[in-house]
Amino acid sequence: MLMALDVLSLARFQFAMTTVFHFFFVPFSIGMALVTAIMETMYVVKKNEQYQKMAKFWGKIFLLSFAVGVVTGLIQEFQFGMNWSDYSRFMGDIFGAPLAIEALLAFFMESTFIGLWMFTWDRFKPALHAAMIWFVWLGTTLSAIWILSANAFMQHPTGFAINEVTGRVKLVDFGAVIMNPQLWVEFPHVIFGAFTTAGFAVAGMAAWRLLKKDNVEFYHKSVRIGLIVGLISVVAAMGMGDLQTQFIIKDQPMKFAATEGIYKDTEDPAPWALVELIDTKDHKVTGNIEIPYLLSLLSYHKLNGAVKGMDTANKELHAKYDKQFGKDMNYYVPVKTLFWSFRVMAGGGMFLALVAVLGLWFSRKKKDTLLKQRWLLYVMGVTTFLPFIINSAGWFVTELGRYPWTVYGLFTIADSISPTTTAGQLLFTNIVYFLLFSVLGGVMIYYVKRTLRHGPDADLDENYGTSTDPFSKEAFQA
Amino acid sequence: MSGLQLLWFILIAVLFIGFFFLEGFDFGVGMATRLLAKNEDERDQLIATIGPHWDGNEVWLVTAGGAMFASFPMWYASLFSGFYILFFLVLVGLILRGVSFEFAGHAETAWGRSVWRWTLFIGSLMAPFILGMIFTAIIQPLPIDKAGNVFATLGNQVNLLTIVGGVAVTLLMLIHGLNFIRLKTTGSVRTRARALNAKLIWVLYAGLVVFAGLLFISTDFFTARPLSTGLIVVLLVIFAVLTHYSIAKDNELLSLIGSGVDLALVVVLIFNGLFPRVMIATNAANSILIQNASSSPLTLTIMTIVTAILLPIALAYFIWSYTVFHKRVPSKEG
Repeated sequence: MLMALDVLSLARFQFAMTTVFHFFFVPFSIGMALVTAIMETMYVVKKNEQYQKMAKFWGKIFLLSFAVGVVTGLIQEFQFGMNWSDYSRFMGDIFGAPLAIEALLAFFMESTFIGLWMFTWDRFKPALHAAMIWFVWLGTTLSAIWILSANAFMQHPTGFAINEVTGRVKLVDFGAVIMNPQLWVEFPHVIFGAFTTAGFAVAGMAAWRLLKKDNVEFYHKSVRIGLIVGLISVVAAMGMGDLQTQFIIKDQPMKFAATEGIYKDTEDPAPWALVELIDTKDHKVTGNIEIPYLLSLLSYHKLNGAVKGMDTANKELHAKYDKQFGKDMNYYVPVKTLFWSFRVMAGGGMFLALVAVLGLWFSRKKKDTLLKQRWLLYVMGVTTFLPFIINSAGWFVTELGRYPWTVYGLFTIADSISPTTTAGQLLFTNIVYFLLFSVLGGVMIYYVKRTLRHGPDADLDENYGTSTDPFSKEAFQA
Repeated sequence: MSGLQLLWFILIAVLFIGFFFLEGFDFGVGMATRLLAKNEDERDQLIATIGPHWDGNEVWLVTAGGAMFASFPMWYASLFSGFYILFFLVLVGLILRGVSFEFAGHAETAWGRSVWRWTLFIGSLMAPFILGMIFTAIIQPLPIDKAGNVFATLGNQVNLLTIVGGVAVTLLMLIHGLNFIRLKTTGSVRTRARALNAKLIWVLYAGLVVFAGLLFISTDFFTARPLSTGLIVVLLVIFAVLTHYSIAKDNELLSLIGSGVDLALVVVLIFNGLFPRVMIATNAANSILIQNASSSPLTLTIMTIVTAILLPIALAYFIWSYTVFHKRVPSKEG
């Protein structure tokens, strides 16, 4: 048991834990900035105070998420150097520039304008004030492009050469790094996923309040805005996901075969497995429920075409890389995790779209019966959490499917680790991070719940100058 | 060493100077919430002075780190992995502090609020102290192997110089923060900040003497670069005196400039002493040099162009946000 606690496993666990936790807040914040900006813009256009109240109210929840997102993001920047120093040395020439641009272009923008937005409600004219939150949103979105350009390089390296002296990557074409085809299928997918997250989270939280018949007009409008943003975004995210699939079939056949749980090459036309019993030891599928033609349709958008299995992909990878990395490399990715993660993501996405369509249908202007559909409000309430699970599932497919590389075909995870880091250090930091995240996550959810309970008319002590008596009667009223 | 490499070595220093100056007073204000403020209203008043700015100020650290990764990946990799636990503690400090602003506003009980006010104080004390330790640890010879890995022992990280360095940076940031409070508040905290600084400045003088002495003993700064090191130390003293003078004359802006320049000089002193190395090895052959720690000329060129375009734009709205919030934060008592 103790043997399992080696440096590499602990460092991988830490990366998984810190990025998954960080990425609860990133897409939520990016999306919430958009939703808040839309609400405030509606206030500017329609001059209806209710929209300003909405922007202020949902903005509070956005700010909570942003705060946790910022501090957990710091960990990411330090972590590459701390735990993955040999990766940093290998990737520095490529990774550094996007990261520095992200800071200069995006982080300065979001942090400065969020300060301006928070404290100028009474000072700026409505249109100028709305512009502040749009800049925050722009900053968060730009930030995604740059960090994903580094990630895209790790999935599909472009615009580089190998330095013959050091063996590390060397930038030769910055344009090719930015125009990486992987980036331009990955970025839209992630960014629409972020909008999806906030759209359904807002709709879901508002639905909870509607179940309690609380501020009906306010939350009803919020549900509609959330669902409209959510529906457009989830459809776009699925479309972009489809484009990404087309790219991965050719670029990383092992990853694709694993997400579909295929060991042997399929017949033509290929059926799609809805569920599967997978025997990873003997590389066998022992049972499944299949839908004929569907995999060909998903893969090639036509009713024929076989799909390469993992066994073939494995042979190809060995043929390609054995000279450099040796015969002992294991190219099989964690197939069960990929298979099920993909189904959670894709199935979850479709479920979200269905919820949005139903919600928008029942709340249509002509015949609005949303409040009577308590079952639907309940489903929407529970759905609040689903986008977060979907986001993580998506990253499991992308990142675990990269195994055994950090930089695909160039550099392995085992070579990336810091030679100086010890298991003791990692164990200690893992425990502290875990405790810290538990507290931060718990407190954040608690404060969001309290904010929802207090409702849009409660004036929170956002400006620090107007501290309320903590023992006053109002403070204890739910 | 190419001109580009030198330029980026200087730019990294400039980014750290920006961080020390700006986040310096944020940390100082955070410390003052316990050392100066007497009640919750005063604490709120102090925190309101940095409310709109602290996040943007922290981006200077993020940018410095990102730019270091980009321009000197070998330095970034060796430094962050070598001082693993210290950087981890910086992170813990920054996390505790970063969430406190938002969380305190949501706390509904006096107890809950006090928890987040305390994490603000602890984080504001922890981060500068540990950063001061790291910056004074890297100017002493370290066990570095041929590949550039730093196998820092406990003694490399915790010794007399790093502790004095940590205290000095923390103290300087506290003084800087108090000067910022004098400039940005009205009422009782404003006058008390001045009185406290008038005392703290004497501690700073003593600290500077000890710090200079330890630099002489534990580093090669005075032997390798006696003239510039001596000059910077003299400037440190001059600007400390200027701060002292302007505290006495009650010139608040000049006080802030004085303490800010002193913080900047600490960074200059360290980068000047490191040059042309970025990490100093006990075996001089293994020292990591600017020359072979940097990215390719192409990456540095692209970053130079990008920075030349983006930094002025960022600075423009960054400064604008300070002009928007130029007014003093009034005290509750009126």
